[in-house]
Amino acid sequence: MTTSLPTAAPGSTEPVGRTAAASSRAASGTTTSKRRERRLPHTPLHPRPSLPLTLVAGLVLVYTLLPLAWLVINATKDQNGLLDSFGLWFADDTHFWDNIGRTLTYDDGVFVRWLLNTLLYVAAGAGGATVLAVLGGYALATYDFPGRKAVFAVVLGAVAVPGTALAVPTFLMFSNMGLTNTPWAVIIPSLISPFGLYLMWVFAAEAVPTELLEAARIDGSGELRTFFTIALPLLMPGTVTVLLFSMVATWNNYFLPLIMIKDPDWYPLTLGLNAWNAQAQTAGGQAVFDLIITGSLLTIVPIVAVFLLLQRYWQSGLAAGSVKE
Amino acid sequence: MGWGFAGPFVAVFGLVFLAPIGYALYLSLFQDRLIGGTSFVGLDNYGKALTDPRFWEGLTRVGLFLLVQVPVMLGIALFAALAIDSGRLYGKTFFRVAIFLPYAVPAVVASLIWGFMYGTQFGLVGNINDAFGVTLPNPLSPSLVLASIGNIVTWEFVGYNMLIFYSALKVVPRSLYEAAAIDGAGEWRVVTAIKLPAIRSALVIATIFSIIGSFQLFNEPSILQKLAPNAITSDFTPNVYTYSLSFSGQQHNYAATVAIVMGVLTAIIAYAVQLRGMRKG
Repeated sequence: MTTSLPTAAPGSTEPVGRTAAASSRAASGTTTSKRRERRLPHTPLHPRPSLPLTLVAGLVLVYTLLPLAWLVINATKDQNGLLDSFGLWFADDTHFWDNIGRTLTYDDGVFVRWLLNTLLYVAAGAGGATVLAVLGGYALATYDFPGRKAVFAVVLGAVAVPGTALAVPTFLMFSNMGLTNTPWAVIIPSLISPFGLYLMWVFAAEAVPTELLEAARIDGSGELRTFFTIALPLLMPGTVTVLLFSMVATWNNYFLPLIMIKDPDWYPLTLGLNAWNAQAQTAGGQAVFDLIITGSLLTIVPIVAVFLLLQRYWQSGLAAGSVKE
Repeated sequence: MGWGFAGPFVAVFGLVFLAPIGYALYLSLFQDRLIGGTSFVGLDNYGKALTDPRFWEGLTRVGLFLLVQVPVMLGIALFAALAIDSGRLYGKTFFRVAIFLPYAVPAVVASLIWGFMYGTQFGLVGNINDAFGVTLPNPLSPSLVLASIGNIVTWEFVGYNMLIFYSALKVVPRSLYEAAAIDGAGEWRVVTAIKLPAIRSALVIATIFSIIGSFQLFNEPSILQKLAPNAITSDFTPNVYTYSLSFSGQQHNYAATVAIVMGVLTAIIAYAVQLRGMRKG
C-alpha cells in the first residue's frame, strides 16, 4: 500500500532493455543497429512515449500550473508593479523579500498571529481527528461489539450530509455553550472525519490480522498493550494518510471559522486573507493587494511542501477510499 | 472492549453531527417573530422554503452549475488519468504531481488568485485588453460569474478526481492488457472494454462527491463576492442564502429549514446516482 512511488516508470526500464539487447548481440555477434532497435521491448506494459499525447495532456498541466505561476510572479511586485506590468512576467524591480517582510509585520504582525492560530487548529484538530479515527477504525475492524454495525451505518450516512447544513445549528449550539469566538469552536468540529474513520477501518481490516491479536491475548497481553505494541505499528501508513487529509482540510478550512470566529485575533490564515481582501475592496480601505498576494503564497507554501514530501500517502489513501465498496 | 476504542469517536460524532441535525430539525418547527416571540408553527417553514423564489433561484443555479461543471471536470480528470496510466507520457510523475497540486491550495487562495486574474484592473483579462486593444467580456459580470466560479472549482478538484481514477486504474490486473494486445485490441478498445468498466465504482464515487460538492457551493462565491458585489447576490446558492439568512438576517429557524431541505435533496440525488451507477450493464 505504501510502495506506490513510480519507481518503475517506462523510462527506467529502458537501460534494462538495452543491456539485454546488448548482451544478446554479444552472444550472436551479428546484430545490426536496425535489429537492435527492434529488440527494444515496447510491450503493452511499457509502450513508447507519445509526443502528441504528451502535448495534449500538457494543456491540462498548463491549466493547473498557470495560476500558481501567476501567484509566484506577482509576489515579487509592489503595488505599482501590479498595476503597470504584464501579469505573467516580472516587473522591472523585484520586491519579493520586501513584500514578505511587510506581510509579516503589517498591522503589528497580525499575519504571524494568524499563522500560529492555523498551526494550533491543525495540530489540535487534525491531530485529534487522526487519533479518534485510528482508535475507531481499529475497533470497527477488529472487535465485534454490540452496536458496531449501527455505528458504521450512521457514520457512512453522515458522509452524505452536507457539512454546511450542520453549520447553522452547530453555531447556535456552540453559541449557547459560550464556545463561539474561541479556538474550541474550530477545533471540536474538526475532530470528526467520517472519511478518516472509513479509511482506517478499511486499512485496519487488511493490515492487522486477527490471528496476531489472538496470539497476543493468549500470551497474556492486555488489550491496550496489544494495540500499542502490535496494531499501531502496522497501522502507521494508514495513520499518516489520515493525518495528511485532515491536515489539509483543517489548514484550508474557511466556512467553519467564518461562522464561528468574529475576533480577528483568532482568525486562521484563510479568514485573515479574506479580511484583507474585503478591506482592499472597500472604498477608503487600504489597498493591500501586494500583501494579499504574498500572504497567499506564504499560506500555500507549507501545505504544498508537506504534500510533496508525503505524496505517496495520498495515493494509497485515495486508492483505499475509491476501490473498496 | 470495542466501545473503549470506538467510544471517543462516537461521543464527539454525537456532539458535532447528530446533535446539530436534531437541533436543526427542532429549530425548523418554530418561528421567531418580533411580536410574540418564538412559537411552534409545525411544518410552516418547510412550506415557505418550498415556495420561496429566492431558494429556487439558488437551487436552479447550482443545478445548472452541476450539469455543466461536473461533466467537464470529471472528463478532464478522466482524460488525465488515462493518459498518465497509459505510460505514453514523457514525465508522467511530474504530470501526476502537478495536476494534483491545486488540491492543496485553500479555496480562499484559489478564489483570490483566479479572482485577481479575472480582474480588469491588474489581472490577465486587463492585460490582454491593454495589449491587444480589445474589450473581453468581464468574467466577473453577472452573466459570466457562474462560469468563472465553475472554472475555479474545476481547477481545485480536477487533480483530486484524476488521482481517484488513476488509483483505480493502477489496480487493474496488467495481465488483462497483455491478453488484449495478443488479441489485437487497439489502445482505444482497451480503454473502453477494460479500463472504463474496471473503474466504474471510482467513477460513481467521484460523481457523487462532485454532486454533493456542487450543492454545497459556498466558499468560492462567498470570497468572490467582494470582487464582484453586483454579480453575486445574497441568494446566489442555497448555502449562501442560508448563511445570509442566518448571519445577516438573524432568521435562524428559517435558515435551519433551508439547510435541512438542501441536505435531504442532496442525499436523495446522491443515493439515486449510486443506485443507477452501481446497476450492472
